[in-house]
Amino acid sequence: MLAADNIAVSFGGIKAVKDVSFNVERGEVFSIIGPNGAGKTTIFNLISRIYDVDHGSVTFDDKDITNVPTHAIAELGIARTFQNTELFERETVLKNLLIGCHIHRKTNLLKDLLFLPSVRVQELEFRRAVEEVIDLLDLQSYRDKVIGNLPYGVRKMVEVARALCLKPKLLLLDEPSSGLNPEETEDLSFWLEDIKEDLGITVIMVEHDMNLVSRASDRVMALTDGALITIGTPAEVQNHPEVLRAFLGD
Amino acid sequence: MSALLELRNIETYYGPIMAIRGISMEVPEGKIVTLLGANGAGKTTVLKTISGAMDPLRGTITYRGEEIQTRDPDWVARKGIAHVPEGREVFPFLSVEDNLRMGAFTRKDGEIGKDLTLVYGYFPILEELAKTQAEYLSGGQQQMLAIGRALMLRPQLMLLDEPSLGLAPKLVHEIAEIIVRLNKEQSVTMLLVEQNAKMALDIGDLGYVMEMGRIVMEDSCERLRNATDIQEFYLGMKDEGVRGRRRWKQRKTWR
Amino acid sequence: MRFVRKTHYNQDIQLFKHNGQRFWYGLLAVFVLSAPLWLDRFYLGELSLVFIYAIAGIGLMLLVGYTGLVSLGHAAFLAIGAYTHAYLLGSGWPFPAAIIGAASLTAFVGIIVAIPALRMTGIYLAIATLAFAVIVEQVLTHWQSVTGGYRGMLVPDAELFGLDLTTPVIFYFLCLLMLTISLLVALNLLRSSSGRAMVAVRDSEVSAQSMGIHIASTKRMAFAISAGFTGLAGALFAHKIGYLSPDAFTLLTSIQLLLMVVVGGLGSLHGVIFGAIFIGLLPQGIALLRDVVPPAIAQIPGIEPGIFGLILVLFLIYEPLGMYGRWQKIRLFFEEFPLYRKATYKRQKSYLRTERLR
Ligand SMILES: Nc1ncnc2c1ncn2[C@@H]1O[C@H](COP(=O)(O)OP(=O)(O)OP(=O)(O)O)[C@@H](O)[C@H]1O
Ligand SMILES: Nc1ncnc2c1ncn2[C@@H]1O[C@H](COP(=O)(O)OP(=O)(O)OP(=O)(O)O)[C@@H](O)[C@H]1O
Ligand SMILES: [Mg+2]
Ligand SMILES: [Mg+2]
Repeated sequence: MLAADNIAVSFGGIKAVKDVSFNVERGEVFSIIGPNGAGKTTIFNLISRIYDVDHGSVTFDDKDITNVPTHAIAELGIARTFQNTELFERETVLKNLLIGCHIHRKTNLLKDLLFLPSVRVQELEFRRAVEEVIDLLDLQSYRDKVIGNLPYGVRKMVEVARALCLKPKLLLLDEPSSGLNPEETEDLSFWLEDIKEDLGITVIMVEHDMNLVSRASDRVMALTDGALITIGTPAEVQNHPEVLRAFLGD
Repeated sequence: MSALLELRNIETYYGPIMAIRGISMEVPEGKIVTLLGANGAGKTTVLKTISGAMDPLRGTITYRGEEIQTRDPDWVARKGIAHVPEGREVFPFLSVEDNLRMGAFTRKDGEIGKDLTLVYGYFPILEELAKTQAEYLSGGQQQMLAIGRALMLRPQLMLLDEPSLGLAPKLVHEIAEIIVRLNKEQSVTMLLVEQNAKMALDIGDLGYVMEMGRIVMEDSCERLRNATDIQEFYLGMKDEGVRGRRRWKQRKTWR
Repeated sequence: MRFVRKTHYNQDIQLFKHNGQRFWYGLLAVFVLSAPLWLDRFYLGELSLVFIYAIAGIGLMLLVGYTGLVSLGHAAFLAIGAYTHAYLLGSGWPFPAAIIGAASLTAFVGIIVAIPALRMTGIYLAIATLAFAVIVEQVLTHWQSVTGGYRGMLVPDAELFGLDLTTPVIFYFLCLLMLTISLLVALNLLRSSSGRAMVAVRDSEVSAQSMGIHIASTKRMAFAISAGFTGLAGALFAHKIGYLSPDAFTLLTSIQLLLMVVVGGLGSLHGVIFGAIFIGLLPQGIALLRDVVPPAIAQIPGIEPGIFGLILVLFLIYEPLGMYGRWQKIRLFFEEFPLYRKATYKRQKSYLRTERLR
């Protein structure tokens, strides 16, 4: 579904990602692990076109997306979350999720200004879609809260919810469990299952919590210093000597 | 009383929202105290109230016998209380080294260079990136920077808000070791907020558990580690039968 | 406290959320509609001016408060609207065509201004728009064949469906109608996806992009709409002042417009109305004050801008949410009456957070 072929990028002198290639199959949960600064977030930024690759290519659904504009990525069916959350802070959870529906709009500015009946119909449709996501992730009690006032853990979940509102084919999650306690992390692993099985969304996830990784993912890729160490099942990767040394410690 | 820091009936509001509902706690000198709690329990708010970033509406905070609850954060910092805030809050447009030097802003002594070496010793990656602008660091590197910056104050009390957030397992161990070392070698007192309850309870002496703005449990970390509630909700230890049931939203309903 | 039981998502989309609101806005409508019956002609004129300011304020608020782009050049849009309208009327266009033409041309100029402005934010954008205003001022003084240069330009009398627009009452209703339409259009914008795109761009460009929002075209759209509203206000303003000359549209005008949205309360349309009342009626208030204070104080030169400035500073210090923010607190006080805690709005110290990036 998604294939990265020899992608590389460097910032100044630092080679953040060095010729990494991987394939993500439709319907799987693919995790990326690695020590801090390994280049995991950078890979997300390359896929979602926030950075340009130095060389290499990314294909999604047999389409080369290496050069499409940033805002077009969402329309192709790729949604993402950010490591330290990037929400629309001054708006409510509901408004944030409605913004997530933006790519599904069929109206134009003129219709919006006049609020024609078609706009109302669309708003109701969006709202229904948003409520489904709210129900899935149990965010009912936060619906009308302003993001700036929410605790960190809830923001992480709102970000996942916003990404789901895009109805993506591929979901990129950057450390979804950071800031959640073990109980909440467990809920997350169930939600991941729902996302994968009920919604049929392929997931790429950057994660440090090995429990969650081994519970939720089908395959794992380990990186260090921008280079690939290995790709395999959670058990294989967890016991790889290089991974043990660089990532897990001891 | 030998408590270094003492909170008495603290109530803190965000506008009309009461986030801290009258909590009292003690941080004895030379100890590591951990504060656990679910999302939105108010842990961050407690730390912000202590460091002066927020004012409590009622209650007193005593530090070395002096009331500090209405003081400004810079005054509190000068007294030797360093705060590692939630979400890192590094200065994005300053270089890593300048960020660290900002941590020592209030110090007048000549040993800043020495402490810089010390921090670089703890986090070698920061030395490699010393001239990089902080906004370009990876999430985990920013977290290290925030901790390093707090160390530069040479604090007597450190308020750590989820220091392990976004760190790889190996580094979580290292951070835990650093906290213990600072505590043992330089007798820095620690107030540690953590989602990684296992780590926090392993290194902590004393633990408090918060729910909805109140303290619901306090004990030695050792005993907390063995309490069933703690094991279930914070350490994620439970038998498979329970897990299967919880799959169908059998979650704490009193949240 | 009022709790509305919602049974349909439509209730969140509706303009009036509950009967209480319908009642109060109805009362307001009766008040403004009946004003000509009991209000002195002079004050009716001032109220028309408030409405005109409010229309321009809606435009500026959409740009500043909702898209997060600052403009110090809105006097230029006001001027373009005013001059275009006067010119078109002078060349024989009927009133409705002229006013639509004026607003559209201003919106178009807005798009052009947006092109260099796309890459700028904050102080740089403020300077760029200021430069734009200076250019427009120069054009107004030097393009004598159209604008009459320093001498200025007489605004032709106009009539609409046989009604003489120079009559204060007719003009008052015209302004009221335009304001109502503008408010409706702005509200429609804000409750639909175009408006949400603007808000998204304001709060986080990175994630707006990842949501599929085209940053450049959203900013362009915001500039166009903002300029369009301001141009419309300019056209009405032309009738109000009757005679156009460049010194009616200076930097001070731009600053006054910006003041209006800040003092009213950034990020709300209520704020615009409060701000417009404030900006529109303050000079009258100051004039009234002049009569009662000793002449020695009343004659101090520059007292008017001084008071403006003082009020602005006081607002920024004590009520950053503006007049609308203050109003909400007063309302909450009455709603919760015996239960209201003084601490509810005790202001917490606030510290700006650093940019969050990764
Ligand atoms: N825009 C940038 N400019 C300069 N250097 C950058 C930039 N973005 C990332 N880097 C560097 O590239 C490396 C990889 O960063 P990245 O954010 O991908 O790490 P990561 O694997 O996500 O780590 P973490 O687990 O800590 O989030 C880091 O050393 C970082 O300092
Ligand atoms: N700026 C704010 N305005 C209003 N309410 C707030 C604000 N910040 C936090 N709150 C509320 O205060 C309560 C406590 O929040 P706090 O951030 O202290 O939680 P926390 O225990 O640190 O959670 P987490 O583990 O997710 O960081 C929450 O219910 C939250 O909604
Ligand atoms: Mg990262
Ligand atoms: Mg917190």
